[in-house]
Amino acid sequence: MSLTNLEKKINSELTTKINSSKIRHNQLEIQINKETLLDVIIFLKKNNSTKFRQLIDITAVDYIGSENRFKMIYLLLSHEFNQRINIIFNINENEFVNSLTKIFPSANWMEREVFDMYGIKFNDHPDLRRILTDYGFSGHPLRKDFPITGHAEVRYSEEKKKVIYEPVKLEQNYRNFDYSSPWEGTEYIKEVQKKND
Amino acid sequence: MTKEKKTLNLNFGPQHPAAHGVLRLILELDGEIVEKADPHIGLLHRGTEKLIENKTYSQAIPYFDRLDYVAPMNQEHAFALAIEKIMDVEVPIRGQYIRVIFCEIGRILSHILNITTQALDVGALTPSLWGFEEREKLMGFYERVSGSRLHANYFRPGGVHKDLPRGLEKDILDFCKKFPKIIDDLETLLTDNRIFKQRNVDIGIVSKEDALNYSFSGVMLRGSGIPWDLRKSQPYDCYEQIDFKIPIGKNGDCYDRYLCRIEEMRESVKIIEQCLNNFPKGPVKSMDNKLTPPPKKEIKQSMEALIHHFKLFTEGYRVKKDEIYTAVEAPKGEFGVYLISDGTNRPYKCKIRAPGFSHLQAMDYLIKGHMLADVPAVLGSLDIVFGEIDR
Repeated sequence: MSLTNLEKKINSELTTKINSSKIRHNQLEIQINKETLLDVIIFLKKNNSTKFRQLIDITAVDYIGSENRFKMIYLLLSHEFNQRINIIFNINENEFVNSLTKIFPSANWMEREVFDMYGIKFNDHPDLRRILTDYGFSGHPLRKDFPITGHAEVRYSEEKKKVIYEPVKLEQNYRNFDYSSPWEGTEYIKEVQKKND
Repeated sequence: MTKEKKTLNLNFGPQHPAAHGVLRLILELDGEIVEKADPHIGLLHRGTEKLIENKTYSQAIPYFDRLDYVAPMNQEHAFALAIEKIMDVEVPIRGQYIRVIFCEIGRILSHILNITTQALDVGALTPSLWGFEEREKLMGFYERVSGSRLHANYFRPGGVHKDLPRGLEKDILDFCKKFPKIIDDLETLLTDNRIFKQRNVDIGIVSKEDALNYSFSGVMLRGSGIPWDLRKSQPYDCYEQIDFKIPIGKNGDCYDRYLCRIEEMRESVKIIEQCLNNFPKGPVKSMDNKLTPPPKKEIKQSMEALIHHFKLFTEGYRVKKDEIYTAVEAPKGEFGVYLISDGTNRPYKCKIRAPGFSHLQAMDYLIKGHMLADVPAVLGSLDIVFGEIDR
């Protein structure tokens, strides 16, 4: 089945659950509502003419400043029909997303990663802990308002005989060179603290 | 009186030679039987995706070398393909061949490391000594073509950085002639080895259904008998023109995955030989100097070339607003890049889909009910490298 037929098929079966669909770079992309996520995924996985039986990845994008801050992206793959589909919906900062762990066990870590990196929470997730960042880390690194230098740094303290955490102190300013407009100058992200503060 | 059941919590890693890097595995043991495994990852997290968002496209390529650092060029390939598809750039045929040759060299590099260290984990020392000698030769090819043994930064959007140096073609062909003999030697040590089979056959069995549900890819999927390889099913670059087979397993256990890797190395050698025998002539990168730097020779004479060179290495190129997911068949499985560009010289978002991440996730499912001594065998057959899992 070609992608255009698949698009028609999905649109006719799921009718109102699909907000819009398009084909981009040989992959079908459908926009849905947050509430219908589970229905759409179950349909795509179980239906005999779609058979998207593998979840490739889950990720989010931070569009800071827009009405719905985050965009969720689900990538599915059908081995039988050799097709890929991307499912997309927008959510607000404090909204919860339904977890896919009951349908795809592999969603577990992927959702944990989205939670860790963006702070998006999932309903019915069995074990929503941080995954990639340090134990006791605060903040969500891939949010656009998280500074690239981070907030804390670690070093070994000779006095305390252990590794300690301290606020980031930069010997030199982190400079964000914007080469695309050479007349704007350099943007200083964090002021260097004076030595004798 | 009922006997109270007591389980023992065992902390495996993060500094353990059989953990293949910095894996902390919390095992719940009942005697010697593993009841639960909880991998703690992220000890090598470097924030690659965040860093890429803050760098230009050409500055982002070296980060891909540092993901799966035993097969660096395969990762660069995914990123380069993503940009090429968005910008609609045609890669010259010689460039495509060079990329395929080096992807397959990467595959051999990765598989040698995996097979020999898996053998090491279950008690065989010799394969790693023999295998690493070959890896050294392959990394020599990497060095001759890119200047460094590991972190190559060689694949660029639009082709590769430079053409092969003189004599390298012949040396790679020589290697291809000799290497199948080495694979045979490795096989005499392992394939029918009683101890190796006792440690691997029927250990960590994955059914077809579960392989799909746990998002397995690459050898983990093929070992369970699912014929799926992106080089065949969604071919990129010149894989379409090359004749090769996809070995698949039957039982989905550690031993079948080992056999798949051995056969894949033989196929990779064939692919490299085919490429070198039909090696086309011509440019190796796109002639569009808005994307690839002009030759050094030209910079001395042409003002336009100088401007292009300067703009490319300061501002970089701009990629038009778009979103794309591209995946390549890396040695470990489907390595994908979800790239969102916003028309500037930096990616808005670059999500990296690492195959090892899903594989390691299934650790609990794979090891439940096995003995403690099977943990290294299963870990070895998962082929995990922490650079790509932790990102």
